[in-house]
Amino acid sequence: MQNNFTHTLSVVVANKPGVLARIAHVFARRGFNIDSLVVSSSMEGNVSRMTITALGDPANLYQIIEQVKKLVDVIHCTDHTGEDVVVKEMALVKVHVGPAARTEVLQVADHFGAESVDMTESSMILMAVGDSDKLEAMLKLLRKFKVVELCRTGKVLMARGELPT
Amino acid sequence: MTKTSWDGAQILVKSLEAQGIEYMFGIPGGATIPIFDALVTTGTKIKFVLTRHEQAATHMADGYARATGRPAAVLVTSGPGATNTVTGIMTAHIDSVPMIVVSGQAATHMLGKDAFQEADIYGMTMPIVKHSYLIHDTNHIPRIVREAFHIATTGRPGPVLIDVPKDISMAPFVGDPLAAMELPGYNPEAPAPDPATIQAIADALLRARKPIILIGHGVIISDACTAIRTLAEKIHAPVTSTLLGKGGFPESHALSLGMLGMHGTAYANKAMVEADLILNFGSRFDDRILGVPARFGRDAVKIHVDIDPAEIGKMLKPEIVCLGDARQVAEALLKVVGNPDTGAWIKHINALKKDFPLHYRRTGGLKMQHIIEELYTLTGGKAVVATDVGQHQMWTAQYWKVDRRNDWLSSGGAGTMGFGLPAAIGAQFGRRKDLVVSVSGDGGFQMTMPDFATACNHKLPIKAIVLNNSYLGMVRQWQELFYADRKSGVDLEGNPDFAKIAEAYGALGLRIKRAADVRKVLTRALEYDSGPCIIDVQVHKEQNVFPMVPAGKALEDMILEPRPRRGRPPVAARKK
Repeated sequence: MQNNFTHTLSVVVANKPGVLARIAHVFARRGFNIDSLVVSSSMEGNVSRMTITALGDPANLYQIIEQVKKLVDVIHCTDHTGEDVVVKEMALVKVHVGPAARTEVLQVADHFGAESVDMTESSMILMAVGDSDKLEAMLKLLRKFKVVELCRTGKVLMARGELPT
Repeated sequence: MTKTSWDGAQILVKSLEAQGIEYMFGIPGGATIPIFDALVTTGTKIKFVLTRHEQAATHMADGYARATGRPAAVLVTSGPGATNTVTGIMTAHIDSVPMIVVSGQAATHMLGKDAFQEADIYGMTMPIVKHSYLIHDTNHIPRIVREAFHIATTGRPGPVLIDVPKDISMAPFVGDPLAAMELPGYNPEAPAPDPATIQAIADALLRARKPIILIGHGVIISDACTAIRTLAEKIHAPVTSTLLGKGGFPESHALSLGMLGMHGTAYANKAMVEADLILNFGSRFDDRILGVPARFGRDAVKIHVDIDPAEIGKMLKPEIVCLGDARQVAEALLKVVGNPDTGAWIKHINALKKDFPLHYRRTGGLKMQHIIEELYTLTGGKAVVATDVGQHQMWTAQYWKVDRRNDWLSSGGAGTMGFGLPAAIGAQFGRRKDLVVSVSGDGGFQMTMPDFATACNHKLPIKAIVLNNSYLGMVRQWQELFYADRKSGVDLEGNPDFAKIAEAYGALGLRIKRAADVRKVLTRALEYDSGPCIIDVQVHKEQNVFPMVPAGKALEDMILEPRPRRGRPPVAARKK
C-alpha cells in the first residue's frame, strides 16, 4: 500500500568533504533509491546545491527530509514536488544511424529542439534539454532507430519568480 | 592558549582543555603517540585514564556524561583502536549522550593506501555520530574542537568523532587558536514554545479525564524535572517514564507509575492503555514502549513534545505536536494549565497499583529482585546506578526507584551488554563523593570485565554486582516462552568465580548464595571504600521477567504473571 511518487528535493549544503556520503546514507538506510542527483556550486562560495530525485512514499520521504536537515552540514532541504518550479535536465543520445535515416532523426531532433552535437557516417549524438516528459517523448520516437548510448544529467530545479529555491 | 609554537597535537590538547574537558579515556597507539606526548608537554589539566579496551573507554565517557551532564573525551589510536569505539559511539548516539571521540589516523599521504592500522573510521561511523571530522589542516584544529563541543552538547546531544592523521598532529600550528566556528547548517536553538500550541495542550488537558504524562530522556537532558513535577502535581496526572526517563520524575512520588513498556509495571501499561490523553515529554515513542504503534493510545489525544523535528511522526501520528525544549515547554504550560478533574482517574490508578503490584517470592531460590530491593533499602536509593542489559536491567528498572536526574545510567536504545561496569567507572570519576553501583548479569559483565583493572588502579569504590544465573537470561526467557524452551546458545558454562576475579586484581570479592546472606554481604560491600568490589550473586537460574509485553504485541496484550506451572499458558492481562 505504498503511494510512490517521484519527489524532487533541493538540498543546500556547506561545501565540506563527506556531506554527500552522509546524505546518501540517510536515503539508503530507509530503502530509498536516488533516481538522479546533481551537485553543483551555487552563488555563495562555500555552499553547494544538490538536486535529488527519488521515488517513494511521501510519509517516508518526510522522515528522510527531516533526517537530512539534521545533518550538520545541510543548510536546508526542501521538497519541491508540486510547487511552481522550473525543472530541467539534459540528455545526450547516441543513435546508430546511416545517411538513409539521418533526415528522419534530425526531424525528431528538430521537433524537440534537440541539437546534433556529433555526426559520423554511422552515428550521431543528439543533445536535448527540457523537462523529463519532453525527453521521454523524444526518446520514445528515437527508439525505432538504434539508440546505443544514453546519458542524462538528472534534474536541476529552480523556483519561479521571486521565491528562493 | 597564546603561545604560538605548538604543534597539532599540542593545540588539540589545549583546545580540548579550553572546552573544559576534565577526563579523557583511552589507549595509545602508533598514530596517537604525538597526542599522548602532548598530554605531557602541554602540562594539561585533562586527566587521562588508561583503560583496558577502547569500547570500555567510550562507555566510561558515556557514564561520565550521563552522571554529570558534561561530556568527556575518548582518545584512541587508528585502526583497531578506532573500530573498538564503534559500539560505544553507537550506544551514545542512540541515547543522545554527548561525547568527543578523538582517533589517531595514518598520515594523510597514506590514506586509502591500506597503511598499517589505517581504518576509515570517519566513513564507518557516519551513521552513528552526530557529526564527524577528518582533519586536513593542522590550523583547523581549534575551530574543529570548538565546533565538535558545540555540536555534541547542544540541541539533541550526541557523539562527535575527530579523526586526526599523524602528520596533522605533528605539523606546526600557525593558525588562530580562537578561530570562530563555521556551522551555517547547524541551528540547535530550540524554537520557543508556540503559544497557540501551548494553549491547545492546556485545552486538551482541561478536557481530559484520564491524562498521563510520559517522560523520556529529553526531560533529563533539558532538566525539565522540576517543571514536570510541578505540572504533574498541578494537574494531578500520573507520570510514567521510559527506561531512559527514569529520574526525570521522582519514582517514589505518589503520582509515579514507574517505567512502562515491554517490562514496565502493569499499572503503568494499564494506565497507558486506558488514558484519554498522553502527554509525552522528550521520549521518541520507541518500539519497546509502543508495542504495536497502531494500537498505542488509540483512543487518546497524543501530544508529542520533542526538540528533534525528525522524531515527530516517526513512529505514530500525534494529535498535537510541540517542537521545543522539554523544560521550556513544561514551564510555558505551567502558566496556562487549568485544573482538570482527574479525581476518579487517580483513584483508579491507585487501585491498579494495589491490584497489580510488582511482586516476587523471596522463597524458592535467590531472586534478582531481592538483591535490588535490599540494596535500595540499605542505601535509601541514594546511589548512581549503572546497569548492563538483560533481565537484571529490567528488574533493576522495576525495583530501583530513581528520584534524581542523572542517577540512572542504562543503555536503552542500543541495549549494549558490557555497558554497566565501565559506565559506573566513568560516573564515579565524575562524582567522586557519590555511591556508584553497577548491576550486571554474568554475560554482560564478562564483555568489559578487563576494565575492572581501571577501577582498581584508581581505587574507585564501585560496587560491581554480578547477578549470576549462568545464562544469557533474557534470551533464555524468550526461548522458554516463545520457542518451546529450546535453549540455544545461552548456557554460560565455564563462568569464572567472579569473587576470585576481584581478588586476583587485589580488590574485594564477595559472594552471595543464600537469601539469608543478602543483607549482611551487601552491608559489607557498602562499608568497604578502599577500592572496588565485585559481589558475585548466584541467583535462581531460570527466573523470568514479568510483566512482559511480547515483541510485536500491544500493551494490552501484556503477560502479567509467570505461568504457575510448566505447560500452562501464561496469564493474559486483557479482560475477557
